[in-house]
Amino acid sequence: MISKHLQSFMRIGMSALLASAVLGFSAGSVMAEKVLRVAPHADLKNLDPIWTTAYITRNHGYMVYDTLIAMDGDLNPQPQMLEGWDVSDDGLTYTFTLRDGLKWHDGAPVTSVDCIASIMRWSKRDGMGQKLADFTKSMSRIDDKSFKLVLNKPYGLVLASLGKISSNVPFMMPVRLAMMDAFEAVPEIVGSGPFVFDKDAWVPGAKVVYRKNTAYVPRSEPASYAAGGKRVHVDTVEWIYIPDAATTMNALVAGEIDFWESPAVDLVPSMEGNADITIKVIDPLGTQGWLRPNHLNPPFDNPKARQALTHMVNQEDYLRAIIGDEKFWSTCPAYFMCGTPLDTDIGSEALVKQDLAKAKALLKEGGYNGETLILMDPTDIPVLHGASLVTAQMLRDIGAKVEVQAMDWSTLTSRRAEKKSIADGGWNIFHTYSTGADVSSPIANIGISGGCEEKAWFGWPCDRDGPDSLEGLRDAFSEESDPAKQKAIATKLQARAYEVVPYVNYGQWFQPTAYRSSLKGVLISPVPFFWNIELN
Amino acid sequence: MFGYVIRRILATIPVMGVVAIFVFLLLHLTPGDPAAVIAGDYASPADVERIRETLGLNRPLHIQFFTWAGQLFQGDLGVSIFSKQPVIKLIGQRIEPTLALATTTIIFAVLLAVPLGVLAAWKSGTWIDRSVMVFAVLGFSVPIFIIAYSMIWTLSIHLHWFPVQGYKSFLIQTGTGIDGAAIIGIGFEGICRDSGRAGCGLVPFFRHIALPSIALGLVYVALIARITRASVMEVLTEDYIRTAHAKGLSPRVVLIRHALKNASVPIVTIIGIGIALLLGGVVVTESVFNIPGLGRLTVDAILHRDYPIIQGLILIFAGVYVLINLLVDISYTFLDPRIRY
Amino acid sequence: MDAMADESLVVRESLGARVRQYCRRNPTIVIGALLLLMMLIIALLASYLTPDPMKLNPIKRLRVPGEGMLFGTDMYGRDVFARTLHGSRISLLVGLSAAAVSTFFGLTIGLLAGYNRLFDTIVMRFMDGIMAIPSILLAIALVSLTGASVGIVIVAISIPEIPRVVRLVRSVVLTIREQPYVEAAISVGARLPTILLRHILPNTLAPLIVQATYVCASAMITEAILSFLGAGTPPDIPSWGNVISEGRQYFQRAPWIIFFPGVFLTITVLAVNILGDGLRDGLDPRIARQMR
Repeated sequence: MISKHLQSFMRIGMSALLASAVLGFSAGSVMAEKVLRVAPHADLKNLDPIWTTAYITRNHGYMVYDTLIAMDGDLNPQPQMLEGWDVSDDGLTYTFTLRDGLKWHDGAPVTSVDCIASIMRWSKRDGMGQKLADFTKSMSRIDDKSFKLVLNKPYGLVLASLGKISSNVPFMMPVRLAMMDAFEAVPEIVGSGPFVFDKDAWVPGAKVVYRKNTAYVPRSEPASYAAGGKRVHVDTVEWIYIPDAATTMNALVAGEIDFWESPAVDLVPSMEGNADITIKVIDPLGTQGWLRPNHLNPPFDNPKARQALTHMVNQEDYLRAIIGDEKFWSTCPAYFMCGTPLDTDIGSEALVKQDLAKAKALLKEGGYNGETLILMDPTDIPVLHGASLVTAQMLRDIGAKVEVQAMDWSTLTSRRAEKKSIADGGWNIFHTYSTGADVSSPIANIGISGGCEEKAWFGWPCDRDGPDSLEGLRDAFSEESDPAKQKAIATKLQARAYEVVPYVNYGQWFQPTAYRSSLKGVLISPVPFFWNIELN
Repeated sequence: MFGYVIRRILATIPVMGVVAIFVFLLLHLTPGDPAAVIAGDYASPADVERIRETLGLNRPLHIQFFTWAGQLFQGDLGVSIFSKQPVIKLIGQRIEPTLALATTTIIFAVLLAVPLGVLAAWKSGTWIDRSVMVFAVLGFSVPIFIIAYSMIWTLSIHLHWFPVQGYKSFLIQTGTGIDGAAIIGIGFEGICRDSGRAGCGLVPFFRHIALPSIALGLVYVALIARITRASVMEVLTEDYIRTAHAKGLSPRVVLIRHALKNASVPIVTIIGIGIALLLGGVVVTESVFNIPGLGRLTVDAILHRDYPIIQGLILIFAGVYVLINLLVDISYTFLDPRIRY
Repeated sequence: MDAMADESLVVRESLGARVRQYCRRNPTIVIGALLLLMMLIIALLASYLTPDPMKLNPIKRLRVPGEGMLFGTDMYGRDVFARTLHGSRISLLVGLSAAAVSTFFGLTIGLLAGYNRLFDTIVMRFMDGIMAIPSILLAIALVSLTGASVGIVIVAISIPEIPRVVRLVRSVVLTIREQPYVEAAISVGARLPTILLRHILPNTLAPLIVQATYVCASAMITEAILSFLGAGTPPDIPSWGNVISEGRQYFQRAPWIIFFPGVFLTITVLAVNILGDGLRDGLDPRIARQMR
């Protein structure tokens, strides 16, 4: 029995053979289709942005899906699919009303039931979603276009959660898909966003094709971050995944692609003199590097040893090695990023001024006895590979024995989940990074959670007892809605973080984007959006 | 002869069986967990466990094997863990570039290597012979990506003679059928079959495939040229060649009609054996030139532990190798009248 | 016969003349061996000739060759000269080990297969299966699934080569066991190990050595390809493949990062290949024909 696909494949082959008998000359009759060719930062592997946190899937989500609320350029939540919202005086009841003209890609109208189901599915996977679910008493439909959310106690981050700009973004899906298991990816991609996913043209590992959603009604406001009108000026957007950076650059210079989402910073000088290419940092928040120790294994189960890491790290060394050009990085001691509302330098003396002797002493005080430290090095991600090399050298400089274990990122993601001791194959340190949108709030920043083995992110920092612990302060922050008071709590939280050291921030950098200068209307935003762009 | 062919075909079955078992064990006995990759950063160990459950990775190994083998017999290679697309569809999407690259490479290599080999044998001991042999040994010694980057650097970036990367199909839309569907054919330049845009056809195809074929083909040229030279030189010393010369046939006729014909068995054999080399080289070539073919699909799948794709692809690559060598074996009966079964 | 006549002539000449004559007669062996020797010396002396190849120096990144940095620096400010010279260690280690491992196992399996019908039938099916999988793909899969280390890379490169060695040995055994003197040995009751070791093994050595040089050359290229594709020697070890792989995205801005290791790799592989060709030409042409 031959499967259906094989049959259809053979049929194409046969018709090609038959038709090839008629050699054709059909140059000239070219359709005037406007195609935006994009080289994305990664290959799109999973299509369900609720199911995975991968940034590439998040970006795909913004093409196909829409959100109820969206963050604007001032980091304020604005209505996107909503007409607006009402909050009761006690702050416990939120009423949401959908705007007119919203349709799913299969033609059905968007209803409040779809939205309730989507929020519920999202809250099973997302950290902020889980938090919101903890505070939620009920969600109920009022009519087809409105629904209400009732809290069991006041919660300051309802709108910020639903307007979350980065993974997992609470995208809206039709109820039949949103009712599905949150731990299984949805089988079909039906959204209400400005683009339609062309499943037949998708070549996993090479190409993703989005067609303009002609039924989409954009808001009237100008686009600002994820908020405002998503006006599409092209017929098709193609994501062409090119694994090799040098090849991508050549393709951009030759005009074979129009937009390169994240060029290697070291290649930027080769393009800067070229008038056809525009280089621009479109994510103003930047990216933060994390050196993550494992809080379960010695010596980093001892806060002294973790503080030794803070004294050891010199951000400039890391940033020069992994980014190079000074235009694209800055040292930054703030846990919630520099240049954000929660930016502060409290408690950061140890990080700002490198002191290897102090680090050496603290490591010893922390109980280090010359055992070999296991550092996991994801060599397929150049930035993290470079950071791993720098850390290994620094650790050796402060008298530690280090084994750099090379692996690919996907192996690292499974290895880091191991809570085992070093003798049984556990680990001590790995590096990662997080975009500003995911770090700039104490709730979204999963690295700063002190939720111990049960709730904290890999590395499992444990600091949850009392109101002045990491977890205590994060809870206090989430219940507060006054920005000034939030800032005060976040400042205390950072001071506490410099004592506990859930992770060490090895610097902040700004990923430039390169595109053909003929493109107009490229948006400034932490997420690359492909509406508003015009081809000339 | 017919009996031989049947026996030869039956002999491929245990080979493919070995490949299937080998690949399965390789994937399932090695560390690395696709579930953890799928679950992503924020997943708890419980989530990872659930995903393992839904993927069937928790079932006993032999059950997983027989489930997979049972599906195989029905022509079902399974579904990609990540993209959820049927493996056969993913392979179908990628087969054209790889097939085209392999075919143009073989044609290029044979057209260049056989004359070179014959020439070297004919002018044995002269500077021509020596340069061909030096070229051949260089062809073996320079890694494919070094050749590829040197060519991109000079021919594409500096001289702009060729595109830097990518693949364009030679298939174009030649018209529209009565049912409204596009009619696909081959033409010099025209509208692409899949995207509906200009830029496909034979001219773009050859512009894009030229450098990859040369880069990939050089090892192959070296291999075939050496064998051709050695075989032709050996044949040239045989009695019947001397007889042919004595009969007064022109050297060229002797060389082509007698020597090359009789040297064809080892040449065809090496082309068959070289297929394995070629399929391996495709992986590197496709990643340097960004050709969306099977080689890149394989590397991606291995790096992400997409088990169904890796299993399917290795089976297909092995199948192609077995098939080509089957054809080579059978072709002996036509090439060499002395071989009878 | 010829060789013996030559030797009796040569004995009377001086050593220098003998060397000159050997070089004239076997230029390829001499050139190959000299180049290889040079690489071996570089590999052995690398730590004395150069600074630490792993030392990062972010301030001095991407320096042009010259000015105290003979081959320039890479993107982490490491000395490319040091990395290139140290790279010869890994390439030679991987090449020679892969040749040794695959020859050893190929020889053992091949001798047994050539001698025992039943073992032959079973093991050759298995060998056919392995040969059907493109060797680079098999090696990538082995390395990336079991984790990168130099040892794993050697094993992963050796496994696909084993069937080729087995086939060669087996064919030699099959030819030789039909020879009258072997049949005579069997008929006077010589034991199997004796026959294998005394009569058959020596005959396989010459073609095996040649085959081993080819395995060595292709192992060095495969190591580079594996590292290039990100599934090879652990990237913190400066092998040529790794240096090239890390430098590839800089190939327009800092071509020296891939140029120097590329040239060294090519020269080394070339040396081994030339040596192999020279050795092969000295072999019985009937056996030589079965190779490559």
